[in-house]
Amino acid sequence: MRRLPDNPHFGAAAAVEAAARRSYGKLLAFLAARTRDLAGAEDALSEAFASALATWPMDGVPRAPEAWLLAVARRRTIDAARRRQVREAGMDPLRMLVEEANDPGSAIPDDRLRLMFACAHPALEPSVRAPLILQCVLGFDAAAIGAAFLIAPAAMGQRLVRAKRKIRDAGVPFRVPEPDELAERLGAVLDAVYAVFAAGWSDPALADEAIWLGRLVAALLDGEPEALGLLALMLHVQARRPARRDADGEYVPLATQNPTDWQDELIEEAEAVLLRASELRRIGRFQLEAAIQSAHAARRLTGRTAWAEIVALYDALLIRTESPVVALNRAVAVGELHGPAAGLAALNGAAADHRINRYQPYWAARAALLADLGDADAADAAYARAIELEPDQAVRRFLQQQRR
Amino acid sequence: MQYMLLIYHDEAARARASQAQMSETTGAYMAYAAALRESGALVAGDRLDLTSTATTVRVADGKTQVLDGPYAETKEQLGGYFIIEAPDLDAALGWAGRCPGARIGAIEVRPIPPRDYSTGAQAA
Repeated sequence: MRRLPDNPHFGAAAAVEAAARRSYGKLLAFLAARTRDLAGAEDALSEAFASALATWPMDGVPRAPEAWLLAVARRRTIDAARRRQVREAGMDPLRMLVEEANDPGSAIPDDRLRLMFACAHPALEPSVRAPLILQCVLGFDAAAIGAAFLIAPAAMGQRLVRAKRKIRDAGVPFRVPEPDELAERLGAVLDAVYAVFAAGWSDPALADEAIWLGRLVAALLDGEPEALGLLALMLHVQARRPARRDADGEYVPLATQNPTDWQDELIEEAEAVLLRASELRRIGRFQLEAAIQSAHAARRLTGRTAWAEIVALYDALLIRTESPVVALNRAVAVGELHGPAAGLAALNGAAADHRINRYQPYWAARAALLADLGDADAADAAYARAIELEPDQAVRRFLQQQRR
Repeated sequence: MQYMLLIYHDEAARARASQAQMSETTGAYMAYAAALRESGALVAGDRLDLTSTATTVRVADGKTQVLDGPYAETKEQLGGYFIIEAPDLDAALGWAGRCPGARIGAIEVRPIPPRDYSTGAQAA
């Protein structure tokens, strides 16, 4: 078989692809932060990538591919605006774009954080924020995003188009909020990154991307404990990914995972990040969640799980979030600490929120507690409901085994 | 950019308000309008009379139809507006949050699209 890199066309195409992957979000952020027009910036950038594909195989890959792409995209943006001849506030940032184009020596500033704050703006519907970040910062297409969020590609595409139109027409700014409003606005960005991570439960590539975004936010906002807390949380969960499946691909729950299957370097990084967050002395939801994962991870050193500590952390988290999922996880921890009767009582409290009725882990937890209490019939019925709600085949098989 | 702040409130509640409450609200609006004017953000603004004074007009098949009442019956009614100049949505939302009406009812913030003067059409 012919070695592909000998083909200059392949080499140039691969360089375009690599540049697209590495630079997409940065270039889009740069353009959109100046024009506030995400769709226009996307068009300009895709024209720049198309012209790279057309010229690089012949002329060779430029020495600074990012700067080359940006120069082309910038020209396209300016041309498009001139064609429209819009005399409005939008022309000011455009003039900036023209002036910066005349200064080739300057490095491309990193505006990705500003882009993320625009994508997670409170004026946008919450459920579109994470998909928008995936598309704009990471360059995912609507089909891939739709698959991750279980929405038809066409519907996802429409929602993304609508959101981008609102950003442009309503004048959503591309800026990092002032310190007095940062905490509130950062929450929406972190929620969106965490939603990307959660969508990565079944798609490891997406989880990696979410961690990459988490690192980016934490690095660009050094000193924001919740950004560090989210990164620590994701690293802890990611560290256990290899242990969640056994050699046959079967599901292994946390309780029976072998800590030697956990990824030590990720756990150590998570611990260091969480320590740095705690030194900033402003506790928050993600730090508490990371601390819970940290307490679970400590089993690799102590050989036992510190359930009292975990229940206390869930207590603090529940006060903050009033989330039924947190109440459920707290009930499971209470069951471990004080026995199944106490666990079931706590679980009944969690069930006051009816949304939990459609949540598989609730029924699995209920079934396990009922089985421990010797109520076999009720346990069996709860397992049946859990299995019915679970889409993942390996987890279904695990639940079926528990049921027997 | 220009934005319109549409001020919605419960007319029935306003009708029940005491004299002291009324003058407090009026004072708050005067201070708010003064702040808008001082910062150069104020383009226009006024309060509207009750929806019971509204008349709705539509023309169908060349026939003018005039109806008593507001266009839409809502739980809270449009009671006033400001048109402001703001650099971006955050600035407009900031002004909306400071509007006395935000604590009584709700403020809807709508951008006014810029005009493309070369064609007379609104910019796409």
